[in-house]
Amino acid sequence: MTALLLSPQAKGWMSERDPRLRIVAAIAFALVTVSLATIAGAAAALVCATALAMTAGMQPRALGKRLLALEGFVLILLLTLPFTTPGTTVLRLGPLTASAEGLHLAALILLKANAVVLALLALVGTLEPIVLGHALARLGAPEKLAHLLLMTVRQIHLLHAELGRLRQAMRARAFVPRSDSHTWRSYGWLMGMLLVRSLDHAQRVLAAMRCRCFDGRLYLLDSTAWATKDTIAALGFTVLLLALPLLDLVQR
Amino acid sequence: MAHIPDGVLSAPVLITGGVVSLGLIGLALRQLDYDRLPQAAVLSATFFVASLINVPLGPSTAHLLLNGLMGLLLGWTAVPALLVALILQAAFFGFGGVLVLGVNTMNVALPALFCAALLAPRLKGRATPRRAFWIGFLAGLLGVLLTGVMVAMSLGLSGEAYVPAAKILVAVYIPLALVEGLITATIMAFLSRVAPEFLDREGRHHAAP
Repeated sequence: MTALLLSPQAKGWMSERDPRLRIVAAIAFALVTVSLATIAGAAAALVCATALAMTAGMQPRALGKRLLALEGFVLILLLTLPFTTPGTTVLRLGPLTASAEGLHLAALILLKANAVVLALLALVGTLEPIVLGHALARLGAPEKLAHLLLMTVRQIHLLHAELGRLRQAMRARAFVPRSDSHTWRSYGWLMGMLLVRSLDHAQRVLAAMRCRCFDGRLYLLDSTAWATKDTIAALGFTVLLLALPLLDLVQR
Repeated sequence: MAHIPDGVLSAPVLITGGVVSLGLIGLALRQLDYDRLPQAAVLSATFFVASLINVPLGPSTAHLLLNGLMGLLLGWTAVPALLVALILQAAFFGFGGVLVLGVNTMNVALPALFCAALLAPRLKGRATPRRAFWIGFLAGLLGVLLTGVMVAMSLGLSGEAYVPAAKILVAVYIPLALVEGLITATIMAFLSRVAPEFLDREGRHHAAP
């Protein structure tokens, strides 16, 4: 993660699409997916999302790692929902009974949550973070927010390198993280030091910006242009999005 | 664990979260002037990077939330800073989801604002390291605990069937809150020794040229 932090690489067809289209498509996909009510519909959404991720040229192993981050939360729901939703009993575990409705709900959540995240990673996660900031501003996000995002992305790389140096210094002094108060205190100092250095850094950034005639306003410079191919892609995606609820209706 | 995925919450909860977050962002951005953007961006980046550190906790590891500390140090600016971090985490790491962004922002931003309102005024003047330690402990503890309660409430209000899961979540958040409290306390004590001007938010406003 060290070198690749926030520097995704989209390949092929997907990388040529307009970033605004990709953001809107990810939001529309999430809206449609969340409203699905059948397993078949949600599974189809997951298949679509996987296809998108493959088109974007994402590595299956990297994707798996990303999706695992989600499962901690989903796991708690998966383990409790079958036993807490009232309905027809399908399984008995001592005093607990699992209901078909609960299993259905748990499966739906698992499919939907993964489909939305996969589509998001494929459509938006493969954008350069800077491009994402510009596209959000073009889509009407408040300008200050877009600037904050752009500048934050820029700083993350620098601070991540700084964190790497500080941790190397700790390792050189034979620090091994354990589950004890010494570790937690050391991490507190590590983050405190990171904050102090970053504040120093912020002052230098502001000074550097003043030197370059920063007058309290930043200008967004980007050169994205909507192409005919984007319109075709948008239409194709709309058809796909309309097909999902239709499948859902048929299956119901 | 503070990131609720999509497909779980009910529409009223999602809409409430979205509306509250939009309101908070609007208010916060109005107070943020361009001159303070670099500072806000650097701090936002610091918190993003710090939340990547794996902290050992029992048999597993935890990530820090740091929303209590952000509230203490940034005040209202914590809201857009948290939103930016959540957007980046969702888009590039797959934490959380798209439509739940509003709820997730509300769940971490409101506790941050609570810490800013309740605890930050107590740092006025030159806080001793001891005092900073305890204020930091409270901020870390409250930041995580309140977030846990809000996450549990988002779940509980979405459906009766989620209530047991919500209770488990609150139980999971208690050890997280204690570790976060201890680390935030250490950070605050450290800052009060090394960079006391950093803690006096009001003073820093006026000192800025």
